[in-house]
Amino acid sequence: MTQTRKLIDENGIRTDGRGIDDLRTVKITVGPLKNADGSAFIEFGKNRILVAVYGPREVHPKHMALPDRCVLRCRYHMSPFSTDTRKNPAPSRREIEISKVMRESLEPALMLQDYPRAAIDVFVEVLQSDGGSRCAGISAAAVALADAGIGMHDLVASCAAGKVDDKVVLDINDEEDKEGQADMPVAYMPRLEQVTLLQLDGRIAPEQFGECLDKAIGGCKMVYEIQKQALMQKYFGNETELKEEVQ
Amino acid sequence: MHEMKRRYVIPGDKIAEGNLRPLMNVVKSGSALIATRIGIAETGHDGVKVIPLSGVYIPRVNDLVIGKVIDHSSLSWEVDVNSCFSAHLPAQDVFGRDFSPARDDMTKQFAIGDMITARIIAFDRTRDPMLTVQDRDLGKIPRGELLRISATRVPRLIGKRGSMIQTIEQATQTRVLIGQNGIVVVTGRSPEGVNFAVRAIRMVEEEAHTANLTQRIKALLNVPDTPPAQEQRPLIASAPKSAEIESSIDEAEEELEVEGEK
Repeated sequence: MTQTRKLIDENGIRTDGRGIDDLRTVKITVGPLKNADGSAFIEFGKNRILVAVYGPREVHPKHMALPDRCVLRCRYHMSPFSTDTRKNPAPSRREIEISKVMRESLEPALMLQDYPRAAIDVFVEVLQSDGGSRCAGISAAAVALADAGIGMHDLVASCAAGKVDDKVVLDINDEEDKEGQADMPVAYMPRLEQVTLLQLDGRIAPEQFGECLDKAIGGCKMVYEIQKQALMQKYFGNETELKEEVQ
Repeated sequence: MHEMKRRYVIPGDKIAEGNLRPLMNVVKSGSALIATRIGIAETGHDGVKVIPLSGVYIPRVNDLVIGKVIDHSSLSWEVDVNSCFSAHLPAQDVFGRDFSPARDDMTKQFAIGDMITARIIAFDRTRDPMLTVQDRDLGKIPRGELLRISATRVPRLIGKRGSMIQTIEQATQTRVLIGQNGIVVVTGRSPEGVNFAVRAIRMVEEEAHTANLTQRIKALLNVPDTPPAQEQRPLIASAPKSAEIESSIDEAEEELEVEGEK
């Protein structure tokens, strides 16, 4: 891809004013949707993504049910108004792919064998997109799944890293995604230290690959802290220690 | 005896380390015990468990559930028990061993749309839950106000040895029937009492994990507290209403006294 302008200035500042190791502002709200069994709203930079989780519930059509575990179904969808030019609401090739990788990145964290013959539906709706929406979607989906009370080994946190102006940077935004050299979304389970999603779009030197992956995992760990904090805040408020009830 | 240690956890949190047994919603990973759901972790002498604060109802054998008859075949009723599995009530359970689909009319017993109280007698990973109504207090529910709360709030609504539900029942002169699946039926003489009980149940559902809930429910229902004079003022917004309802409860109490309870 030909680069039209510099994305990192001589002081190491990126187009949106961040340093190379800075994450965009992340805010997660747990439980905005009352009808869903679990839900989350994430603000990841300019991304605005709403996630609803239903289930475990009955599988329709019935033949999709698995006898030994639960089916996880994910739907990633971008609203027509989420981009500057109208996006056709019909599922595109890209959305189908993201739905699939999202499902595969969440599956290892879930205890699906606990709910045989049932289904869990995860709906990820992008209201405003700003690059890295799959990472933000996965992070929010993990929180929504925890909110739905589904057994999990760990939360899944996700963050991208990439190569811009020959430098490895954390958390690629829309502009850097389009004009940069590489984009590497990573989903990670911090407690288990396992990677559940690793994609790479663009070209990167083998020696920079490791650096990029480490940086993305570092970003995931930052997101993980925000996820934990959001869940704690929703369920326990500002209390961190349990006070015994006087009966 | 060991002291019970409790703390708030979210999935992936390490609760304890060492030679402890993982019970409900806890997995062992190496020597660490990890929570798998959001809730309150309890470390006791028999092991570690997490009391969940969210989630849908998953049937368990011996649970008392309230369900709605949604269909019937010639041999069994299908009952919606607010879960991802629909339960089955065999006709033989109601008509006895000599049940004959040709002779006995199943709709005479339970029609589609009826609410029933039942107990789960069998459930495993491979089959849908099986119900029975052959026990005291089981069977059709003739009337009442129906509520659906989260199944995880049921233990809180019942309270320690039934303390919470007894408080609500006594203060509002109602009978509250609670299914483990989160379906609650409130019956009572006065509609005001039922309304008040519904409000109290909703409050328990919303504030289940907070401390001193019984006290606040007592304040809402204007029940005098036995321990040292608590601040008895009811919620400011509902102050005039509660006074009104209080008087109606008094009336209901008088009525009941005349008739004698039960």
